[in-house]
Amino acid sequence: MVNLLQTTSMDKGGQENPGGLSGWLQHQKNRLFILLVLAAIALLVPLISNNYGLEILTNVWFYVVLCLGLNIVVGYAGLLDLGYAAFFAVGAYTTGILTSEFGVNFWLTIPIAVCFSACSGCIIGGPTLRLRSDYLAIVTLGFGEIVRIIARNLEITGGASGLIGIERPSIFGFQLDQIVHFYYVFLILAIIAGFVSYRLQHSRMGRAWQYVREDEDAAEAMGINRVAVKLYAYVIGAIFGGVAGCFFAAKMTAISPETFMFQQSVMILLGVVLGGMGKIPGVIIGAFALVLFPEVFRDIGSMRMLVFAVVMLIIMLYRPEGIWPAKKS
Amino acid sequence: MALLEVKNLFLRFGGLHVIKDLSFTVEEGSIASLIGPNGAGKTSVFNCLTGFYKPTDGTIIFAQRDITRKKPHKITQHGMARTFQNLRLFKSMSVLENVMSGMHCRSSAGPIGSILRTSSQQAEEASITRFCEQCLDFVGILDEKDRIASNLSYGHQRRVEWARALATQPKILLFDEPAAGLNYDEKQQLIQLIKRIRDELGITILLIEHDMGLVMKVSERITVIDYGQKIAQGNAEEVQNNQKVIEAYLGKEEDEAA
Repeated sequence: MVNLLQTTSMDKGGQENPGGLSGWLQHQKNRLFILLVLAAIALLVPLISNNYGLEILTNVWFYVVLCLGLNIVVGYAGLLDLGYAAFFAVGAYTTGILTSEFGVNFWLTIPIAVCFSACSGCIIGGPTLRLRSDYLAIVTLGFGEIVRIIARNLEITGGASGLIGIERPSIFGFQLDQIVHFYYVFLILAIIAGFVSYRLQHSRMGRAWQYVREDEDAAEAMGINRVAVKLYAYVIGAIFGGVAGCFFAAKMTAISPETFMFQQSVMILLGVVLGGMGKIPGVIIGAFALVLFPEVFRDIGSMRMLVFAVVMLIIMLYRPEGIWPAKKS
Repeated sequence: MALLEVKNLFLRFGGLHVIKDLSFTVEEGSIASLIGPNGAGKTSVFNCLTGFYKPTDGTIIFAQRDITRKKPHKITQHGMARTFQNLRLFKSMSVLENVMSGMHCRSSAGPIGSILRTSSQQAEEASITRFCEQCLDFVGILDEKDRIASNLSYGHQRRVEWARALATQPKILLFDEPAAGLNYDEKQQLIQLIKRIRDELGITILLIEHDMGLVMKVSERITVIDYGQKIAQGNAEEVQNNQKVIEAYLGKEEDEAA
């Protein structure tokens, strides 16, 4: 009994004066400091890294954008989307077709890709968002496959062999063609994605997504139009994927339908769930784990996917809320 | 003048008649109650009023507008707020964020304004926060605004729900068994609060309650239903002496009134 009392009083003390790392992190200034340090490291990495390292890190930033985009749909609004690669495909093919077939400037294709991916978000979201989550997952799974199969069979998308010869973008006459250029491009994209996610999360719209995720009926009783709110999440998530797709096409200069398989959607979802749904730092860590893990264990060959799966299972068993801790008070 | 008017309401689930030909009115600025034994259909009436159930027949006129079979969020925007019988808080969010949900339909910032943090969006966020803090202050839990809702005591979680309903700036507030699970002191505070909501904020109140003591103390007009039908209407004294009501409760009333 005495022990019990002591622990509770200690707990209370801990609450009033949050110590340790998490307490230190609570201060806005300290958080900003950490962010600046991390940004500086990210900016300076190309000075010490070889091309192989840069390629992988570029891939990390690319997945950070995709995972943050899907996080809006899955993490904030709580809608299970198993076909997210479709939006990424819409962006990539828009840029690919417009630059290689019609000679449109790369930068002009971005707003068009944003429109197309937003429209595809509406087309798939409009009729299906009235469904409860399990059904939605199946419909999005089907949608993802439909987009891939269309890309595989249309002439304009280059069929199964895909598109080649996509123009490399240039900015003020400076051609982006080295891996280090794309490293910075995707780093900037990832920073923008993180910034936009943060602002949205802490806004009226971001709160509305969380209300709908937590309790749809209560949210509706509070005057929130749940279908409209979900559609917003879907469309904004689709735009993230579309923009990432544009730059992906420009970096690879070639795209094929096989890039946008179901497995791709699952990988992105994995990044979100692994890191912690709805938590921006968590999702970024998830994207890192997703890309880095298979690379670090490249030596053990085909076993690495098995190890990856086991690690994933362990994390999910012991930290079902993801790697990043949940807030409590 | 009647703020809420229910006319010949019917609700059927297949062969089950939950509400049969129910009519009643709630005057503007009054505290009204809807009572009845377990399973009488009280919560179903609430769900029809707030749009969660679509009544089979009948009309509901609220503030000069027909709200029958309208969507719940439209009805809330029109000025009807509700609380739930079993708590329905957004559990993993902070108390303040919970209350902010009520202001959603009274504000308008979209995603672009939020990303750019325009001055109008910032001003709106500030006014949302200010108003929600006032709501929390009104129900007496402003101190707990930054805590996660599910970590609060049960009584305080109930207060979060009340504050959240107040934040929608309603004309009428529907309480679904607000005293359930509260102790004696908390019930007394609830009675005070209900009176204050009506007197200070001018919000009309409709109450469903099991606790007869509480109902008799606060309500100015009581509608009694049983098996989905109205069996009596009047003030506390009239209802208490009504033969039909005594039969419907059959001794139960004595337990609860004690």
